[in-house]
Amino acid sequence: MTQYIYLTVLLPLFGFLFNGIVGGRIKNEKIIGWIGSGTIGLSFLVAVSSFFQTLGLPAGDRKTIVTLFNWLHAGGLNINVSYQVDQLSLVMALIVTGVGFIIHVYSIGYMHGDKGFWRFFAYMNLFIFAMMNLVLGDNFVLLFLGWEGVGLCSYLLIGFWYDKKFEKGTTGDAAKKAFIVNRIGDFGFLLGMFLIYSTFGSLNFTEVFSRVDAYNVPASIFNFIALFLFVGAIGKSAQIPLFVWLPDAMAGPTPVSALIHAATMVTAGVYMVARCSIIFASAPAILTVIAIIGAFTAIFAASIGLVQNDIKKVLAYSTVSQLGYMFLAMGVGAFTSGIFHVMTHAFFKALLFLGAGSVIHSMHEEQDIQNYGGLKKYMPQTYFTFLIAALAISGIPPLSGFFSKDDILWNTFANGHIILWIIGAGTALLTAFYMFRLYFLIFEGKERFNLNKHPHESPKLMTIPLMVLAVLSAVGGFIGIPALFAGENGNLFESWLAPVFQKANTRLMVYGAHSGMEEITLMSITVIGAACAIYFARYVYLKNPQFALDTSRKFKGIYYLLLNKYFVDEIYDAAIVNPVKRGSERLLWKFTDVKIIDGAVNGTASLINYLSGKIRKIQTGVTQLYAMVMMIGLVIALFWIIMSL
Amino acid sequence: METNQLLSYILFTPLLGALLLLVFQRENENEIRIFGLSISVITFGLTLMVLSKFDSINPGFQFVHKVPWITNLNISYHVGIDGLSLLLLLLTTFITPLTLLSSWKAINKKVKEFTFFMLLLEVGMIGVFVSLDLFLFYVFWEAMLIPMYFIIGIWGGERRIYASVKFFLFTMTGSLIMLVAIIWLGVSAGGVVGHFTTDLVELYSVGPALAKNFQNWLFLAFALSFAIKIPLFPLHTWLPDAHVEAPTAGSIILAAVLLKMGTYGLIRFCLPLFPEAAITFAPFLSVLAVIGIIYGALVAMVQKDMKKLVAYSSVSHLGFVVLGIFAMTQESMQGAIIQMVNHGLSTGALFFLVGVIYERSHTREISDYGGLAKIVPVYSAALLIASLSSIGLPGLNGFIGEFLILLGAFKSPLLNTWGFTVFAATGVIFSAVYLLWMYQRVIFGVVKNPKMEHLPDMNKREIFIFASLLIFIVWIGVYPNTFLKISDRSTARVLIQVNTPVPREIPK
Repeated sequence: MTQYIYLTVLLPLFGFLFNGIVGGRIKNEKIIGWIGSGTIGLSFLVAVSSFFQTLGLPAGDRKTIVTLFNWLHAGGLNINVSYQVDQLSLVMALIVTGVGFIIHVYSIGYMHGDKGFWRFFAYMNLFIFAMMNLVLGDNFVLLFLGWEGVGLCSYLLIGFWYDKKFEKGTTGDAAKKAFIVNRIGDFGFLLGMFLIYSTFGSLNFTEVFSRVDAYNVPASIFNFIALFLFVGAIGKSAQIPLFVWLPDAMAGPTPVSALIHAATMVTAGVYMVARCSIIFASAPAILTVIAIIGAFTAIFAASIGLVQNDIKKVLAYSTVSQLGYMFLAMGVGAFTSGIFHVMTHAFFKALLFLGAGSVIHSMHEEQDIQNYGGLKKYMPQTYFTFLIAALAISGIPPLSGFFSKDDILWNTFANGHIILWIIGAGTALLTAFYMFRLYFLIFEGKERFNLNKHPHESPKLMTIPLMVLAVLSAVGGFIGIPALFAGENGNLFESWLAPVFQKANTRLMVYGAHSGMEEITLMSITVIGAACAIYFARYVYLKNPQFALDTSRKFKGIYYLLLNKYFVDEIYDAAIVNPVKRGSERLLWKFTDVKIIDGAVNGTASLINYLSGKIRKIQTGVTQLYAMVMMIGLVIALFWIIMSL
Repeated sequence: METNQLLSYILFTPLLGALLLLVFQRENENEIRIFGLSISVITFGLTLMVLSKFDSINPGFQFVHKVPWITNLNISYHVGIDGLSLLLLLLTTFITPLTLLSSWKAINKKVKEFTFFMLLLEVGMIGVFVSLDLFLFYVFWEAMLIPMYFIIGIWGGERRIYASVKFFLFTMTGSLIMLVAIIWLGVSAGGVVGHFTTDLVELYSVGPALAKNFQNWLFLAFALSFAIKIPLFPLHTWLPDAHVEAPTAGSIILAAVLLKMGTYGLIRFCLPLFPEAAITFAPFLSVLAVIGIIYGALVAMVQKDMKKLVAYSSVSHLGFVVLGIFAMTQESMQGAIIQMVNHGLSTGALFFLVGVIYERSHTREISDYGGLAKIVPVYSAALLIASLSSIGLPGLNGFIGEFLILLGAFKSPLLNTWGFTVFAATGVIFSAVYLLWMYQRVIFGVVKNPKMEHLPDMNKREIFIFASLLIFIVWIGVYPNTFLKISDRSTARVLIQVNTPVPREIPK
């Protein structure tokens, strides 16, 4: 099926066109929903069979390129619409279509009765279309098409309920912010592409990556390319300083948050760095920057997550934080671990969001966790699956999050980044704490809402997807059991991806000496730490709620700072947004355009008017005067001619 | 039908149509409309015939038709096209019927005169793109001003007189300077080919042979005239006024075709006629282009009038085209040419859509709108697609042009620094800001104005117009090679003309 991989792109496109064009007319949720989900389901099957076919090939031959047509040809630039099936793109394709399918099915239940039902599925399918181009494209331009395409879908879906208020503004504000902040990143990505093209004369992955070794390119060029590309990743994957759009993106329907703003799109930056691993490996200085930004984002976002009261906001900051881990992995050269975490995170974070959606659904759109409590008995399936996801993200063995997070932390430590390891481990504790704060406040304890709300378990269309994801979150980590425990087979996930990162790893040669004893010790520290954090969360939010209140009063300043997300939005508004707006209006438009340029034009007109008024007076009508002027003129002309002879 | 006379048929069909129109009774408005539309559709059909017979491998001029005109000055009626002019010819003859269709209801006074002027305008526009004689070119260049002046002046908004006079004076100033340059160049030809001539093909060997400082002055004279038309910063202030006051059809033509004449002139005349001067001034003009990109976008961002916003966005988009031209690489120049077509389609579509909503609500103030998504869903979708195309979303047309221009400018040996591209690429961010912000305020949110609640959605005629534009917006985005191929050889030829040193003979 590998040669039919383009079906994974075309099927969602068909779904988009069908639902987009006739969906609004047929108004039958069953048809719309099942076409929307079915196309993704079929894509998943194509991806699965391609995976098995590729698995059957020898490790060295697991790259197939399927070309559809020549897209863009000008001068030396030659870009095909070609899809590259290899170990990395298959992992991503399986995540996108697999998790995508589950979320589509869930959405049939979640979006039931919404007047924009058809629009929702059209946009979601368009998203999968764009995302598949992103992960399968065999060149930078096609990747960029997907990159911007997913941004567009994100925009459309954040603003899906376009007439709804959201925080201080509307969903439209949040949508616009997401698109624009992403565009700032894309600006960097574009420059990266231009520099790659002018350096390597191509934008095709295979060609560019093979020329990295063949061409003698100065290190500074690699640094610039890597930096530009990373700016793109910062935007798309919501890292400091461009993370501000992701929390606002929660204005969209919850399945959107699960699919786009947790499981898939936001990991595109990680994928891109992994895809270009050889370029980043050639720019070690930038890798260090990536590691630092990743680690710092991880702990920064986690600290904000500690105090947020909106269920989706907590999860959003958690996503930013987890993405930070992935970049930490990239930065320390542990590309495999980063992609591994992309996968496990897709499982448990999608599950957390869908669980949150289930809760919000049953609580009639209430999103404040202070108004939940004791929901365990009303919605047992949501409760149980949410608990599994919370344990997974907290890194409790043997759930999936444990393996991937441990892999990242261990590689960070083993490659000599002790301080980054401390930050990463600290974040792990914070993660366990805020996640169980969320869990206890939602499901345990007493009901803090009006019982007339009658919370209820969600329909099967929603709970079955939860269960599937719960299974994946629980066992998904087993494909990446550390070599230490796995015996002779080693880490399966790592050996699967090894050929993709081989060149980068050779170039970095990072793996310092380490012992199994160290690995087990560090692992134990984080696991025990996380367990303590969970216990502490239980103490604070279940057993002794007064404690939380007292602490927030005692450290009022910090609490406020965290609650208001370090005032980053406000700082951006004051330092960038408002000055640009005011400057454009007052200085450029009303001053330069109107006063200076038009002033000069109008001034010239008045000057001519004035002068012609004066000159007009020469025409006195007195013939003698005319004759005299003529004579003088002739004399001057004659004089001129004689002089120039 | 003789192949080499095909261009003349295209040129004179609308002229004949305009003359025949005079026999119509002015009360028969619908017949007049149908007649005008038919004429423009026939013209488009003829252009498609040219397309089908065009040989894209041949870099030279094709369908050449030359008839002596003013023999003692060696001025002739000389027409012909290459890939560049063909694309713009297609754009012109494609857009004209759509604008006539778009004013079906909007223009209801003096329909006969309106249709007459529109057809005359089409003659002028076609003439500009097919002339291979500078004198002939100048005649069309000037002739076109007259119908446009009347279209703004008669069917325009409240300040139409101010706007039309401003438009006329700005462009007229440039034109006169160009006329002087044309005569000067024709006279200089005496020193090279032995006689006065305004024939472009002959002049292609004259211009490069001129002394450097002659070239410089002539280049500047031509460039000034074109820069006003484009309009290049800081000569752009006539544009927002002209656009705001013009009727929808006028705005569409202005944006889609008239602005392209400036950039067309740069490629057709400035570069190959005065290559040394072009290379000397390229960085300077590129700086103006980049300023225009950012400046236009920032000023567009703070506009309160939808039409003015789109008008300023043109300044930004045309800045990209000028940058692409003066970066002088195959990629950037191809990008510039495709971007000319793109701007015609996207901005044409935006002006059309602003017109559609203006016809219904009689306001262009952004703040009067809000929540249209619920009231006019088809319109909302159309405006979104047009905006995205203008923003340069990959998969739609705008991306192809911007990407090629920036890519080419980045590696341009002539510009020789990343600086141009780095600053120009910020336009990518700003275009998203101003268009999405407008979109949000118009389409999203809740309906603020109760009068808006019963606006009818786009009708079949309007959907047809938009769909026609949409086909090409998507086509260029998905398969640009169809169009890039047409101009590929001609672009390469221009670059060769610029870069080949010509043995200099000293004129007089």
